[in-house]
Amino acid sequence: MNTTVTKEESLDTQALSEISIEQKETEGLSQGQIVRRRFFRHRAALVSMIVLGFIIVLAFTSVGVSLWGLRIPGWWQYTWTEIPPKVNNGVPTLSLWPLQFGDHPFGQDEVGRDIFAVVMRGTQQSIMVMVIAGVVATVIGVVIGALAGYYRKWTDSVLMRFTDIIITIPLIVIGSVLGNTFGNLGAAVLGVVIGLFAWTTMARLVRGEFLTLREREFVDAARVSGARDRRIIFRHILPNAVGVIVVNATLLMAGAILLESALSFLGFGVQAPDTSLGKIVSDNQAAFSTRPWLFWWPGIFIIVIALCINFIGDGLRDAFDPRQKKMPSERAMARAARAKKPLSATAIDEAALTVSDAPDITDLARATDNSPVDPDDVARGPER
Amino acid sequence: MASFIIRRLIASIFVLFAATFLMYLLTAYSGDPLEDLRQSNAPNKAELMEARTKLLNLDVPPPLRYFLWLGGLFRGDFGISIQGQPVNALLGNAITATLTLVTTATIVAIVLGITVGIVSALRQYTGFDYTVTLISFLFFSLPIFWVAVLLKQYGAIQLNNWLGDPVIAIPVIIVVSILSGLIWMSLVGGNWRRRLTVLGIAAVATGAVLAYLSATRWFADPSIGIVVYSALALGTAVGVTAISTGLRNRKALYASLIVAVLGIALYFPMMNYILNGMTLWFFVVLAVLAVVVSGAIGWFMGAPDRAPVVRTTAIVGFIVAGFIALEKYMSYWQLYANSSRVRGRPIATVGASTPGLGGNFWVQGIDLYTHLLLPTIAIILISFASYTRYSRASLLEVMNQDYIRTARAKGLTQRTVIVRHAFRNALIPITTIIAFDVGAIVGGAVITETVFGWTGMGRLFVTALGAHDPNPVMAFFVVTGTLAVIFNLIADLVYAALDPRIKVA
Repeated sequence: MNTTVTKEESLDTQALSEISIEQKETEGLSQGQIVRRRFFRHRAALVSMIVLGFIIVLAFTSVGVSLWGLRIPGWWQYTWTEIPPKVNNGVPTLSLWPLQFGDHPFGQDEVGRDIFAVVMRGTQQSIMVMVIAGVVATVIGVVIGALAGYYRKWTDSVLMRFTDIIITIPLIVIGSVLGNTFGNLGAAVLGVVIGLFAWTTMARLVRGEFLTLREREFVDAARVSGARDRRIIFRHILPNAVGVIVVNATLLMAGAILLESALSFLGFGVQAPDTSLGKIVSDNQAAFSTRPWLFWWPGIFIIVIALCINFIGDGLRDAFDPRQKKMPSERAMARAARAKKPLSATAIDEAALTVSDAPDITDLARATDNSPVDPDDVARGPER
Repeated sequence: MASFIIRRLIASIFVLFAATFLMYLLTAYSGDPLEDLRQSNAPNKAELMEARTKLLNLDVPPPLRYFLWLGGLFRGDFGISIQGQPVNALLGNAITATLTLVTTATIVAIVLGITVGIVSALRQYTGFDYTVTLISFLFFSLPIFWVAVLLKQYGAIQLNNWLGDPVIAIPVIIVVSILSGLIWMSLVGGNWRRRLTVLGIAAVATGAVLAYLSATRWFADPSIGIVVYSALALGTAVGVTAISTGLRNRKALYASLIVAVLGIALYFPMMNYILNGMTLWFFVVLAVLAVVVSGAIGWFMGAPDRAPVVRTTAIVGFIVAGFIALEKYMSYWQLYANSSRVRGRPIATVGASTPGLGGNFWVQGIDLYTHLLLPTIAIILISFASYTRYSRASLLEVMNQDYIRTARAKGLTQRTVIVRHAFRNALIPITTIIAFDVGAIVGGAVITETVFGWTGMGRLFVTALGAHDPNPVMAFFVVTGTLAVIFNLIADLVYAALDPRIKVA
């Protein structure tokens, strides 16, 4: 008799707690708020965003901006073209303890250029290429993917065969050929050129999204209420595909910065007298044994920027994927299980009996993190 | 099926024509092939320019020149470079060099990446898993040219300095031992007592081995020795059986132990007689023989269920034969390192071989490996990360399926569930990625080849593009593009063959 009561009670509390957990997470929140919350809970992504923001501000304010003849000076005492006299053979003056920056925190090169200024200029260029390439590729990819996925039939065939043609040419090959032609026109043009050919993965993913979404009820509802194709595409389907688009756009940007530095390293990217991170590494690789700092600083900036963007992409993926839940570690779960023990023995036994059909917490833990493998994602792996 | 393949092939041919046309125009307009002559001061400048114009049909506008080039291609002729060399010959050499370099790296990256990914998935949400995730993110973000320069400095110059006097410093021994202990601890897992035991044993064992290697100056004249070799052979037999069939399959265990004992018995005859005066063909024959003989042992011992036993013994035989070959290579190490060409700096930074080295099969082999070492590491670092991520995600997806729960519920061992039910299914999506990468092998590694001075396909492309030399660039693209298209098709077919739920039509 007694046991049945505890059974029901435990069932009730079980159901209640499950509802409250579900609701607590999303109660009264818009989709954007939920995504934002989940993103901020991803600690690595949050830190990455702060670091990336810091680098961008540092790069653009320190040595100022020079774009199409417009010149805004920055707060740093040297520019990337200036050649001040060499101090202490160009050894970096940065020291962490006691913290002081000195005259040339990143050192100087053979002729005396201030490496901090040069690296900041290179970072500016690389970030510019990355953002421009990311925006251009995203726009082209989304438009082509959306049209192909929404209209299907011959539109789809034509657009996808066109995508196949572009995807046959490796990005580093087409980047080299075009960089060879347009590299001397500056970072902005290089970014556009990279973007013009880097959209293929995005187009395929967006097309896939559209093919599924266009069969959903809300699209039918919009259509019977008289919405035009353009409205259905941009107001109804596109917002639902935004997760895939945003995540892929960040990964695209991470690829773009590595591609830009590789092209500049091969001599097909940004050309002298201007500079970029890849070009600084390329120019100074022979001096590694005598002036290692010429080599370390630009490399570290490339890695940190690419790493930050990859982490932000990971955070966004988690935030947009409704299957993702934050799971406590194995140790935390074991601790919780131990803490549960002191409760009355019968209640626990019964509860264990009744909930054995429901997925237990370890099952849930296993259920998360199963992002499906998408070969499209790897069709263009890292450049070797 | 056949109609699917034919349709895909026809579509691919049109895609390839369009892509080559696009590429040809881009290459043609990317620079002037006469640029170096225009700037030269040669007295017969005008004639040289005219000769080259005639050679490369530069007076024909690029869209029409494409069809001239295409005509040559149909006759199997890739044209001539601006230096007047036939591109076919350049291409042949480049493909050989690239295959040597990238094949090894790709295979090692695949094996290593999948293994780490699988272990990481089985130890999900542990310290090991988080570390692997962090490291793979880091590797994703590495610019390969930067890594390559670092490798040249630390993997070659400083390693060579150290090899001159190969004594491991005490602090290094301590740090490496603790690291190895931590890695083993996170791999084995379990409760705290078990973890600490594993940590202690692994750290002490590593420390002892390192101290021994340092004290005997092992790296100056490395060798395995019959005792360690025997232990390795027997350990391989047990280990491979445990993963491949499980130790409960006594037939497999005894058969592989017999193979191992046979390998131990062959140690002295091999080292002293058979392996002397080796040629490449004989080497390959011996390797095949090792696999066939061990497979035959498995076949005789394995009735009635022969297939798993043959598989196990063949793998064991191959690995044990590999140990003997390694030992033979090691016995020539000192001779190689102290030869007049190498002069005690064995790890090379550029090129594919030491010029004028001479020596027998084994010395030549060591020379190739020392040249392969650094570029291979660079390529592995870059491609390893994506394999880890994808095999991890794939295995986690599979482990969540109902058939895994069923397999567990009917009482199968953990090994059977993971190896037979989970691992095989997890490999299906990964085959797609493997097919892409195998197709990309011949394309070479553009950046790695440039940094390490390896005259393969990537280098051919970069130098030709820098010199505005259209025909080698196009030859590179035709080869890589065709292979990419073919392997794309193969990936689809393999996927359909492995996964019966997918039909191609």
